[in-house]
Amino acid sequence: MENRINRLFKEKPNNILSVYFTAGFPQLNDTEEIIVELEKSGADLIEIGIPFSDPVADGPTIQKSSDKALKNGMSIKLLFEQLKDIRRHVKLPLVLMGYFNNVLQYGVEDFCRKANEIGIDGIILPDLPLEVYENEYRPFFEQNNLRNIFLITPQTSEARIRKIDALSNGFIYMVSSSSTTGAKSNVTEQQEAYFKRIQGMNLKNPRLVGFGISNNTTFVNSCRYSNGAIVGSAFIKALSDEGSISQNVKKFIDLIHSSEENK
Amino acid sequence: MSYHVDQNGYYGRFGGAFIPEMMYPNVDELRNRYREIIESEEFRKEYTDLLRDYVGRPSPLYYSNRLSQQYEAQIYLKREDLNHTGSHKINNTVGQILLAKRLGKQRIIAETGAGQHGVATATVCAREGLQCIVYMGALDVSRQAPNVEKMKMLGAEVRPVYSGNQTLKDATNEAIRDWINNPEDTHYIIGSVVGPHPYPDMVARFQAVISEEMRQQLKEKTGSELPNAVIACVGGGSNAAGAFYHFLDDEEVKLIAVEAAGKGVDTNESAATTALGKTGVLHGSKSLLMQTEDGQVIEPYSISAGLDYPGIGPMHANLYETGRAKFMSVTDEETLEAAYNLTEKEGIIPALESAHALAALEKLKFDQDEVVVVNISGRGDKDMETYLKHFRAKQ
Ligand SMILES: Cc1ncc(COP(=O)(O)O)c(C=O)c1O
Repeated sequence: MENRINRLFKEKPNNILSVYFTAGFPQLNDTEEIIVELEKSGADLIEIGIPFSDPVADGPTIQKSSDKALKNGMSIKLLFEQLKDIRRHVKLPLVLMGYFNNVLQYGVEDFCRKANEIGIDGIILPDLPLEVYENEYRPFFEQNNLRNIFLITPQTSEARIRKIDALSNGFIYMVSSSSTTGAKSNVTEQQEAYFKRIQGMNLKNPRLVGFGISNNTTFVNSCRYSNGAIVGSAFIKALSDEGSISQNVKKFIDLIHSSEENK
Repeated sequence: MSYHVDQNGYYGRFGGAFIPEMMYPNVDELRNRYREIIESEEFRKEYTDLLRDYVGRPSPLYYSNRLSQQYEAQIYLKREDLNHTGSHKINNTVGQILLAKRLGKQRIIAETGAGQHGVATATVCAREGLQCIVYMGALDVSRQAPNVEKMKMLGAEVRPVYSGNQTLKDATNEAIRDWINNPEDTHYIIGSVVGPHPYPDMVARFQAVISEEMRQQLKEKTGSELPNAVIACVGGGSNAAGAFYHFLDDEEVKLIAVEAAGKGVDTNESAATTALGKTGVLHGSKSLLMQTEDGQVIEPYSISAGLDYPGIGPMHANLYETGRAKFMSVTDEETLEAAYNLTEKEGIIPALESAHALAALEKLKFDQDEVVVVNISGRGDKDMETYLKHFRAKQ
């Protein structure tokens, strides 16, 4: 079967909205409902976060959601259990995102096999270095039809971006500025220049912009120079609002998609 | 077998640089330049001069008559407690600040547990006139108030960290986050032989002066450069790395690393990583790590804030696994006894961390003529409150 990430970018090259949430937050068993509601509300791709005790790449919002998820009892084992029938309800590409230590303890090969069994399409492990992936783990990902997604930042050298492009086969995660995760309210000129520079490189992989995307303005500005954008912290905040998951998800996706707030 | 770092930044199967892409340019720059910079003659001269005139090196190697009688061996103490700022930590911060200057960095960040590394960093920043921000767990800020005041007087900004258990591990997370958010003007002075390659090797090289001096001093005092054993405590492992460094390839020298057992290795309140840890990745390197079955990091416990860390440096994980170093652990109680014993017998109040190394003497057996060096990594000023509490309780 064609990988759903590849199919998505073929069918919809622009304005892709990818949404990240932490599994096990706000409540332990919300995972499936959040995924189903995201698909219903018009998200294009879903990143399911595996909570880690020491998330160094994350700002306060995702740190807190991870803490809460761990207190609730989330683990990779439980997450796989929660997701085992997800493909009966959901067609969107699904990506697992987490820190390498949790995957290492689970066993990288088992992790990849299980992810594929469930119908996961891609993996993002920001602290698994390119070189270690290439030398030790690449076959596990490829045998299981999983796309490994790498990050680039404004400081990543051109040679390294080319190498990442060559090793990638899903999309490239463009971190909007060198920072930890967290919602920001606007896109700076400097960031726009970086988006344009990468656009000019004519990479073979599509690009999604992430970190700091929080509203319609930041979404639209990021999509202008890429294939779409990823929202994380802002969505997690929305999930903490009063109201049902279905209401909160719908309200949030509508907000990202509508330019009303800018008028 | 080599116990040193290989070309890819590994010690056996431990080490590497498991970092998010946001840290890559900074770590890569360090990796490409650290050897060339610290091996240059001009750097060596400035570093050596500062160690002599500012830190007060060489630190004495002191023959302890009464410990030698007590333990029926020839016991020497390497007096890192006499260094400026009171511990071995300054050897590393002097080196790293000179490196940071050569990399053109204007802003220095550091993590600290007990506050010794924070004070040593604030000290060298004051001397160079560089901005200094120290991350410290909020719990440690309240436990180590005098060191917090010292850092402030030295011009550093101390940022309390409220995430996690609010101790050293969390302070390290926050320093890493700061570095990610400040990718261009900042150098991160890590306080131990932990972190992504090249930090473990770089910090070990800056601490290696400890064993370099030991060899010369032993030669003068005993006629041989080699002792029978070297004993040092291990938190992240920087004082031990320095004390072992120039003996690594002399396999006849026993290397003894002492971890903090806390209330006991099977009490859930311990920091004995080799006894309780498994292979894992934290703070940018693969090493031994105290963690749950799911790979969540376990909060360690020790009476000494400087040993209260859930991992050890990758060099030590390899020394443990290859059997080159013997690892043991001692409890809070045994540590306090050893600190009192040294104070009573020699008039030296050691840091709680260093007292762990001394406590190991109770559990080891040597021949009368065997030469044993114990690294006294720091002085006990910062621990007076703990000592007095214990002393009063005993009376
Ligand atoms: C006096 C002293 N010894 C030892 C340590 C532990 O660190 P390391 O294991 O890196 O030597 C510390 C840390 O704060 C310290 O202050």
